[in-house]
Amino acid sequence: MTAPILSAKDVHKSYGRGPNRFDALKGVSLDIHEGESVAIIGKSGSGKSTLMHVLALLDQPTEGSIELEGADTRGLRGAKLNRTRNKTFGFVFQQFFLTPNASVIENVVLPLKIAGVGRGERKRRGLAALEQLELDDKARNKAVNLSGGQKQRSVIARALVNNPRVIFADEPTGNLDTATGAVVEDILFDLNREQGITLIVVTHDEELAARCDRRIYIRDGVIVDEEVAA
Amino acid sequence: MKTLDLIGSAIGNTFRSKTRTILTILAIFVGAFTLTITNGLGTGINRYIDDTVAAIGADDVMTVTKVADNASDDADGPREYDPDAISGGPVAGPPGSTAVVAPIGTTQLDELAAIEGVERVQPTKTIDADYITSDDGMKYEIGVGGFVNGMQLQLAAGEQPDAAASESQVVIPDSYVDALGFDDADAAIGETVTLAVTDSEGVQHELEATVVGVAEASLGTTSSAVPNDAFGDALFDAQSTGLDASERDAFSEATVWFDADSTEEEITALQDRLADAGYDSTTVTEQLGTFKAVIDGIVLVLNAFAIIALLAASFGIVNTLLMSVQERTREIGLMKAMGMGSGKVFGLFSLEAVFIGFLGSAIGAGLGMLVGTAVSSALGGALLADLPGLTLIAFDPVSIAVIILVVMGVAFLAGTLPAARAARQDPVESLRYE
Ligand SMILES: Nc1ncnc2c1ncn2[C@@H]1O[C@H](COP(=O)(O)OP(=O)(O)O)[C@@H](O)[C@H]1O
Ligand SMILES: [Mg+2]
Repeated sequence: MTAPILSAKDVHKSYGRGPNRFDALKGVSLDIHEGESVAIIGKSGSGKSTLMHVLALLDQPTEGSIELEGADTRGLRGAKLNRTRNKTFGFVFQQFFLTPNASVIENVVLPLKIAGVGRGERKRRGLAALEQLELDDKARNKAVNLSGGQKQRSVIARALVNNPRVIFADEPTGNLDTATGAVVEDILFDLNREQGITLIVVTHDEELAARCDRRIYIRDGVIVDEEVAA
Repeated sequence: MKTLDLIGSAIGNTFRSKTRTILTILAIFVGAFTLTITNGLGTGINRYIDDTVAAIGADDVMTVTKVADNASDDADGPREYDPDAISGGPVAGPPGSTAVVAPIGTTQLDELAAIEGVERVQPTKTIDADYITSDDGMKYEIGVGGFVNGMQLQLAAGEQPDAAASESQVVIPDSYVDALGFDDADAAIGETVTLAVTDSEGVQHELEATVVGVAEASLGTTSSAVPNDAFGDALFDAQSTGLDASERDAFSEATVWFDADSTEEEITALQDRLADAGYDSTTVTEQLGTFKAVIDGIVLVLNAFAIIALLAASFGIVNTLLMSVQERTREIGLMKAMGMGSGKVFGLFSLEAVFIGFLGSAIGAGLGMLVGTAVSSALGGALLADLPGLTLIAFDPVSIAVIILVVMGVAFLAGTLPAARAARQDPVESLRYE
């Protein structure tokens, strides 16, 4: 069996020092294989987002390590770390994080711009991603004028425009009504199934979690349960 | 991120909050506008002085006077009377001060010629003309200026007096053309005018000369007739009729020529040697130097005000960008999460500052040049009509470019604080920010 794409080894994460010290993660170990869809479930404040940030190499664990395809990531720094994140991960956040007054296409191609991809190539790939999400007719619209569902679809287009291997979705349907949320979920699971993109969903929504291959329950910074889909 | 994309993004971001950006640009505009006008003033006036240098005198000559034995006594107490001393022109000091100089005679001229570095020496013959007249008979008072070989009068018509010519030539000021009954400056060329001098015995002598040129009024030569050497000598001889040789050859000053290629040190050394021999000397540069120093001083003070305006504006940039960084916290966090390096984030915000600086200064300099040129030509036609050739506010491309670059530099410095704050931002913190 190949090495897992992401692997957490006894990860601890604490905030603050001394009497104010707060342990958000208290020894989390888990393996995520390429092509899997994994849900990280827990109540608010249980440490889900913290775990996601550590897995996405946005934050360093206080103790323990994260391995990317079997390689320790503690040595990754600066430009190399930035390039790894840019190429490997796509992000979908509950609050969208779109630049409101920029056009949809400009928002979508941001990861490509950061990667240094040329203008023409950016436009082509940006439009292709939007087409995939049936938003190509909104490419020139300002992001601020989109509906919630359209915004989240733009965010997904942005997440996959650079052909990432892993998409992290932090409460992707948290700001959407049930119907729109369901559409967005379908899109994410289609990407996982059809393009083999590893999907890591952070949520407190049991229904969303139920659609994942694997569910990891977290409470007070420790994994309390793990379920594999039947 | 490619540099070109970085610049493009920075420019795009500048216009995101239009009102705020425009107000900041306006503040910089005021500073840049003022700097452009004050610098233009300095450039215009100094350029005029430079153009006039040639008219005032050649730059390889200096004026030399002999220091009177009693001239340098301690200022307390009355000065002892010296029957040989000549009361020269006004000197620096309270109004009415005159320099008391010893006469320069043949001996002194020989002594000067022997000093190392002196190529030629010529006494300055002061001519005191009574009047000038032409065929139509009206007589007008006029001064007589000295013509030094190499000097360039600013001419409205005709040519420079010929130092080598044996016939009498004169250049008359533009303002006398009408009075002397000539149709215009060109019509005066080749006509004959008469100048009169009175000798020590009260006898008036009239001498004729051909008009070879008409001089425009300028700093150097306002309302003086300039004779060539032959005519100057003739006037001086007529004026000196009846004086014996020793009385005649007592000049208050002399002109000394030196090597035109001399460096400043060599000129200073020559002036030191002249001082050792008991002579005071003034170069043309020194004469103009004080004038230029005053202009430069005034421009410097005005520039200081403009710089203060710019400093105030730079705080505007700091403020604008800090607000922008604050507003875009999540966007910055997202870009960093997507792999944008801190250096690029810093670059993005400081480029934005530089662009704001560029806009403010380019608009300021552009409008400053327009307004300056308009004011200058309006004044040139009215208030300053007596100083032809003076463009009060002039611009040279180098100093305009320097102004724009300096403002952009100031803007960059102002932008470093907000840009560094953006660059330091922790993406995780920014993404949690609600
Ligand atoms: N920068 C921080 N400083 C102190 N405590 C923090 C910080 N970030 C998160 N926490 C705490 O860590 C815990 C886990 O947070 P988080 O991972 O965001 O929870 P979840 O995403 O499960 O709601 C929370 O109790 C939160 O208050
Ligand atoms: Mg969370």
